Amino acid sequence: MAETDTAQPSTASNRTPLYDAHVAAGARMVEFAGYHMPLHYAPGVLKEHLHCRQAAALFDVSHMGQAELAGPDFETVAVALETLVPADIVGLPPGRQRYTQLTTDDGGIIDDLMVSRPPIEEGGDWRLHLVVNAARKHFDFTRIATKVPDEVAVKPLDDMAMIALQGPAAELVLSDLAPAVSAMSFLDVAMVEIDAVPTMVSRSGYTGEDGFEISVLASRSAHIWRRLTADHRVMPAGLGARDSLRLEAGLCLYGADISTTTTPVEASLGWSIDGRRRDEGGFPGAAVIRRELAHGPLRKRVGLYPEGAAPIRPGTPLFEDRTSERAVGYVTSGTLSPSLNVPVAMGYVTAPLSANGTALVAEVRGTRRPLSVAPMPFVPTHYKRNTSE
Amino acid sequence: MHTKYTTDHEWITLADGIATVGITSYAQDQLGDVVFVELPEVGRQVSKGEAVGVVESVKVASDVYAPVGGEVTETNAAIVKDPSLVNADPESGAWFLRLRLSDTADMDGLLDAESYRKLTA
Repeated sequence: MAETDTAQPSTASNRTPLYDAHVAAGARMVEFAGYHMPLHYAPGVLKEHLHCRQAAALFDVSHMGQAELAGPDFETVAVALETLVPADIVGLPPGRQRYTQLTTDDGGIIDDLMVSRPPIEEGGDWRLHLVVNAARKHFDFTRIATKVPDEVAVKPLDDMAMIALQGPAAELVLSDLAPAVSAMSFLDVAMVEIDAVPTMVSRSGYTGEDGFEISVLASRSAHIWRRLTADHRVMPAGLGARDSLRLEAGLCLYGADISTTTTPVEASLGWSIDGRRRDEGGFPGAAVIRRELAHGPLRKRVGLYPEGAAPIRPGTPLFEDRTSERAVGYVTSGTLSPSLNVPVAMGYVTAPLSANGTALVAEVRGTRRPLSVAPMPFVPTHYKRNTSE
Repeated sequence: MHTKYTTDHEWITLADGIATVGITSYAQDQLGDVVFVELPEVGRQVSKGEAVGVVESVKVASDVYAPVGGEVTETNAAIVKDPSLVNADPESGAWFLRLRLSDTADMDGLLDAESYRKLTA
């Protein structure tokens, strides 16, 4: 037996502030982006995944890069960030969060990130909060620092931890400690005291479920972690469940589904670019991205339903039929869906073959197996959207 | 009759010229929740070290190699139907396949229990 994927014993040097809690809980630790991270705890990936769908799961995501982008006023900071991402940042209201990408001059994706505008408080309205991928954070923050004007500064928040509470019971659990979170809608951001600990909470996540991401001082994070895991509705969950949950929700994993070789439009992320930015451009790769928005990309990220029981893994080539020699796409993520108990995958296919229901074949271990293009998400999402919007 | 092991984490027992092969408890623990198993066709001739099956967890796909050469005489349909058996009973009920050993010399060089224990300690 030999592993053909990437789960390696942990040899990383960085520990999150919750490392001891993971080890004490019996987590299987692996290296991820230079950090010792829990792959799963004693219950295993399947139980952790299903618990998140049914109740609530708690994830340590402290490895992710948090930074503050600060300047003399909000407008200056937002305009500076808009030169690097295609989303509308100037129009981001206080107390709201938005998904976007850092793009290359060719329209490729340097990273994807969440941008929050904290609510206006006594200290003034002059900053944005960024959350980027762990493996990209040093590159991202250096790039942003070099590109923004002198009056705007990037301050990596290395003293902050991040905890994600996800699942249908997340609101009930967190509101026991912080009643204010019940008033929040999907992608709202609020400064909240949780059990007397100051935090910044966003109603968002990476699972397709309702839930919260809690940014908290590293030195206070173990307290929050302990309080939340003490709740009988909450099960800690590792990177394994995080990956299968996000795949069921149709969400991209940087480095697998998106990279500098894929554009936001090819990645089916065009929804994150609003009308004004489409019209005006003014972000790296705007020429390519605007052309693709207008005329369609050559290839598209799609969902894939393999027939049969075999999961289809990243790198698997896709063909139009059993005999064609030329690949028409490839798989970027794939596993067995714990919720549906069937394999699910996503990947890129040439645009003419990207319609839902298109029949394709995947070559797995020398055998061509049928699969079809499928709508995403695979499992319905349960975001608590503000219905008045 | 003693169980032997490979450095690739298969176990093998031999009785009356028929080898029974599975993956070790250490292997299933490293994999985590097993969700898919693929086994060879009965009657296939395999050589020592050849990939004869696949075992997949949510996260990882791994090949299973034949610890010895021979003809596949039987495969365990129960673990294809319920892959979680590989986690529950790896070194007994969740055997993968049986082979008619073609050359007893293939058994040379396999690890005994003590050597395998040291390998995975």
